[in-house]
Amino acid sequence: MNLSKFIAVAIGVGTFAGAVHAAELTGTLKKVKDSGVITLGVRESSIPFNYSLGGVKQVGYSYDIMMRAVDAIKEQLKMPNLQVKEIPVTPQNRITLIQNGTVDMECSSTTNNVEREKQVGFSDTIFIIGTRLMTKKGSGIKDFADLKGKNVVTTAGTTSERLLRKMNDEKNMGMNIISAKEHGQSFLTLESGRAVAFMMDDALLYGERAKARNPNDWVVVGTPQSHEAYGCMLRRDDAPFKKVVDTTIAKMMTSGQIEPLYHKWFESPIPPKGLNLNFPLSDDMKQLFKHPNDKPFDE
Amino acid sequence: MNYHWNWHVFFQSAAKNQTYLDWLISGALTTLALGLLAWAIALVLGAILGVMRTVPNRGLRAIGATYVELFRNIPLLVQLFIWYFVLPELLPFGDAIKQMNPFAQQFLAAVLCLGTFTAARVCEQVRSGIISLPRGQKNAGLALGLTLRQTYGHVLLPMAFRIIVPPLTSEFLNVFKNSAVASTIGLLELAAQGRQLVDYTAQPYESFIAVTLLYVVINLAVMAVMRWIEQRTRVPGYIGSK
Repeated sequence: MNLSKFIAVAIGVGTFAGAVHAAELTGTLKKVKDSGVITLGVRESSIPFNYSLGGVKQVGYSYDIMMRAVDAIKEQLKMPNLQVKEIPVTPQNRITLIQNGTVDMECSSTTNNVEREKQVGFSDTIFIIGTRLMTKKGSGIKDFADLKGKNVVTTAGTTSERLLRKMNDEKNMGMNIISAKEHGQSFLTLESGRAVAFMMDDALLYGERAKARNPNDWVVVGTPQSHEAYGCMLRRDDAPFKKVVDTTIAKMMTSGQIEPLYHKWFESPIPPKGLNLNFPLSDDMKQLFKHPNDKPFDE
Repeated sequence: MNYHWNWHVFFQSAAKNQTYLDWLISGALTTLALGLLAWAIALVLGAILGVMRTVPNRGLRAIGATYVELFRNIPLLVQLFIWYFVLPELLPFGDAIKQMNPFAQQFLAAVLCLGTFTAARVCEQVRSGIISLPRGQKNAGLALGLTLRQTYGHVLLPMAFRIIVPPLTSEFLNVFKNSAVASTIGLLELAAQGRQLVDYTAQPYESFIAVTLLYVVINLAVMAVMRWIEQRTRVPGYIGSK
């Protein structure tokens, strides 16, 4: 540490000790203020919510919302130069990394449900999806009932995996369920013919389809098996931090700023291939934009 | 850290007629089967290659050396992906492989990968065991009128294998620990079941502690068996004998 930096830190510490409002900070806000760093969990291939364009460049619908929340945190803490650190997470380690403090916030495609709420906190809902199937055009798969005795792939650690296993048990469907590590690997399993269908959140299926060599070969079919609410994942029982994030999201929705963002990621060409997901705004989402809330669907 | 410990989680129902404990046990059995089969391949293939690396024939020695360098220098994870993702695309009957039961596909890829990888390491140990013997033993065998094959079978290998029991024990343990890479291709072995338990229950600490204990139990059992073999087979007057 050079001298000027040392003085800056010393002054910073002095002001911090003297300031009354700073003493009121708790939880993540305090941690961020003290360390000068906020750590975000980012995803490799959660298209179009949060994915990387190769290297360290992250983009996506949820990522944009997360950046708005970071701006609000900077403002709240009066730290315009707050350092933002991004750590790649997977569906399997994201909950643990939030819990043990490695990651402060993760906005991608994480479902808010009652079970998870026992371990982590969630912001206001940012997206609502239905879990459906993707299959090759002309494969003859129209709905979940057609999957009897077939190989089906899903991503490990997702709610789809759980629903699929439950369906297999309860309806004796005799499906062989393959659990791949990331959505990209799931799609590879489908594309290489190891599985006839890929069950996942519909928005993510459209996302994987956009990445395919021939997107028009693939169709999304089936009755949604569940509706799920995506939220930004935070640490549990951290009301002041949650309030900053919630306020940001609610403001975006009620002020109408969210519609252009939706249009940008779901109804326009998106990087890296410039493909259009053509995923129209659902009624559930229209409701959400009118009344932002943080309720999971399985309550 | 506000964490809610819940050790009863293992007895909760995971699926129809199954508790989470059943998942862990089925994972442990898969790991055990995977490790034992891979070890069988490694031992047989490794012994053959180890002998090849010490015989007078230069061609055979080159084959052995090439195998070792190839399998020892490529990361295990990369080898696994080649077995599972790449090989079926190259083989003429690859499409038939891909239509097999997914569990069988993953298990087969993992067994072959671990077996061939560990064989390279076993090979080096067999070779060093043979080289460590005094040269006179081989010469004496040949002088007695034994063929090279008989000298290996009756003189060199019985001694070499006894000497390398301790390092072989380490390799045997490594097979079980390395088997956790199979979770990356979706095989539900012990590590993967532990991970799945976390996904379903959001209780990572209980789950990983249980997984750790199961690995330790498996490896302690392996160590006990290998120690017994070591004691039963030791040669008077050699390393490890009384």
